[in-house]
Amino acid sequence: MRYIEKTDFKNKNFILKILMLLLCLGALIFASFLIGRYQFTLRTLLDIFASRFTEVERYWEKTLEVVILQVRFPRIILAVLVGGALSISGASYQTLFKNPMVSPDILGVSAGAGFGAALAMINDANWIEIQLCAFVFGLLAVSIAYIISHVFGGQSITILVLAGVVTSSFFQALLSIVKTLADTDNELPSITFWLMGSLSRATNRDVLIMLPALCISLFLLYFFRHQINALSAGEDVVQTMGVNVPLVKLVIVISSTLMTVVSVGICGIIGWIGMVIPHLARMITGADYNKMASVSFLVGGFFLLLVDNVIRGVENVELPLGVLTALIGTPVFVILLGKTRQGWN
Amino acid sequence: MLKVKNLSFHYNKGREILSDVSFELHKNDVSCLLGSNGTGKTTLLRCLLALNKTTKGIIKINGQDISKESPKKRAKYMAYVPQASTMAFPYLAKEVVLMGRIAHLGPGASPNNRDHKVCREVLENLGIYHLAEKVFNQMSGGERQMFLVARAMVQQAQILVMDEPTANLDYSNQVKILQIIKQLSEEGYSILMTSHFPDHAFLSCNKVMLMKGGKIIEIGKPEDAVTTQNLSNLYDTRVCVADVELCQEDITTKVCVPIMKKAK
Repeated sequence: MRYIEKTDFKNKNFILKILMLLLCLGALIFASFLIGRYQFTLRTLLDIFASRFTEVERYWEKTLEVVILQVRFPRIILAVLVGGALSISGASYQTLFKNPMVSPDILGVSAGAGFGAALAMINDANWIEIQLCAFVFGLLAVSIAYIISHVFGGQSITILVLAGVVTSSFFQALLSIVKTLADTDNELPSITFWLMGSLSRATNRDVLIMLPALCISLFLLYFFRHQINALSAGEDVVQTMGVNVPLVKLVIVISSTLMTVVSVGICGIIGWIGMVIPHLARMITGADYNKMASVSFLVGGFFLLLVDNVIRGVENVELPLGVLTALIGTPVFVILLGKTRQGWN
Repeated sequence: MLKVKNLSFHYNKGREILSDVSFELHKNDVSCLLGSNGTGKTTLLRCLLALNKTTKGIIKINGQDISKESPKKRAKYMAYVPQASTMAFPYLAKEVVLMGRIAHLGPGASPNNRDHKVCREVLENLGIYHLAEKVFNQMSGGERQMFLVARAMVQQAQILVMDEPTANLDYSNQVKILQIIKQLSEEGYSILMTSHFPDHAFLSCNKVMLMKGGKIIEIGKPEDAVTTQNLSNLYDTRVCVADVELCQEDITTKVCVPIMKKAK
């Protein structure tokens, strides 16, 4: 009888896990403010935040306030939001395509955005124009992939993946052409660095762009979470269960693309996270999308912030973010995979 | 319950996969669809489930044409049990079953206590409640098939459509599934299943449809439809349907035995 009571369809552990993750993330965010060349105490940090809302005696330099509120704040917040956004996009695509090897750029968003940014760079565009161009071409690439799959493949999910791969290759080829046209003193290095990703140019304006895109996407994914979850039972089966498959598919593509393209526009291409963080999330909470997606978001945010902290902590060199995520993440992932590979076959 | 009339289907014009299929399924019916590979059995099921768009014909449930209904409404009439396969991710068995409640969820809502209760009752009814915490992919084929049946049952549709429910199962699990099918029909479900074993028709069905070349060539009670002549014709193989007496149980039943050619 006791065994039967144990089987519960609600999962109380899940809420506990989420709270723990939130706590860790919160602690890391606070700690992150203290990393960097300017040194100060936690007390000062709290006072500076408090001074935004109430009257506090300002015993610190004006530059410190600027460093914290204009430089570190957007960078830390964006690290969390971008990490979370890429991870939950990856989680959604993996569930849609029923494939753990899928990442958010499966439909060509990164290739398109990379081409757009490079194109803007060789035309002497300013930073905002570069971001905008990356955004537009990222969306264009995914739209092309979606339209190709719609026109030629009916509703098949396999065709959608194929269309994404094709579009990706196409924009990568275009990017290579732009690279050969770029001058090798300034343009080519900046294109190369952009493609490796960096949060060093994050501003509060970027936070204001990221937030609405994120809210819309997360709301859409939340609203359809059970339908998305059921997609892993198979496209046909889930339709007989009463799910409007084309609609849910479109919802996933739109919200994942929106989050990814804004992320890429802000900090360049950061690979790896979107594919691997969902795996960590599944190890923490199981395969169920309802739980796995929110855990993905928190773990992804935590992880990218951690990596970016390492970059900020290393003085004199600005290591590329996209490269370091892979460098730190892969060994961690391999260790975790070795420990918990049950349920995989 | 379910009424199919003059249903036809083709991918390319001029090459019909199904032609003029008509049959009825009533309450408590278990109907077995027999036929060789590639004869259109699965296509027929897919047409009923609206996974393929029929080119001609009417599908009515309780007198209502369902071809224009939304997937959600359709799911409340008809549930589908696919062949036992694995999931792409390590889902727990209870999570797989809970997916079956989707048609009953409000927009944006989560399963509530009532949904949980339905799942629990179905699992208890099938005697697999104690397995609910297991990882679906790690269970045996028989257990997975039982959970897929459970997932279809929590959908609370009157009609269950099963595609080869005994495929890839060992002998005892085949019997178990057939037993469950019989039990479900007694509980009021109407079941349409496909099978490659004509014996299954005698074991758990009260109706048989023989399908060849996209047409239903025979329809009726198992005793009448599954005969030596019909089966030999259906499979282009010599099959003998014989009466056997199970002495200890005092039952007479029929069995199908293929006639083997003598090796030279």
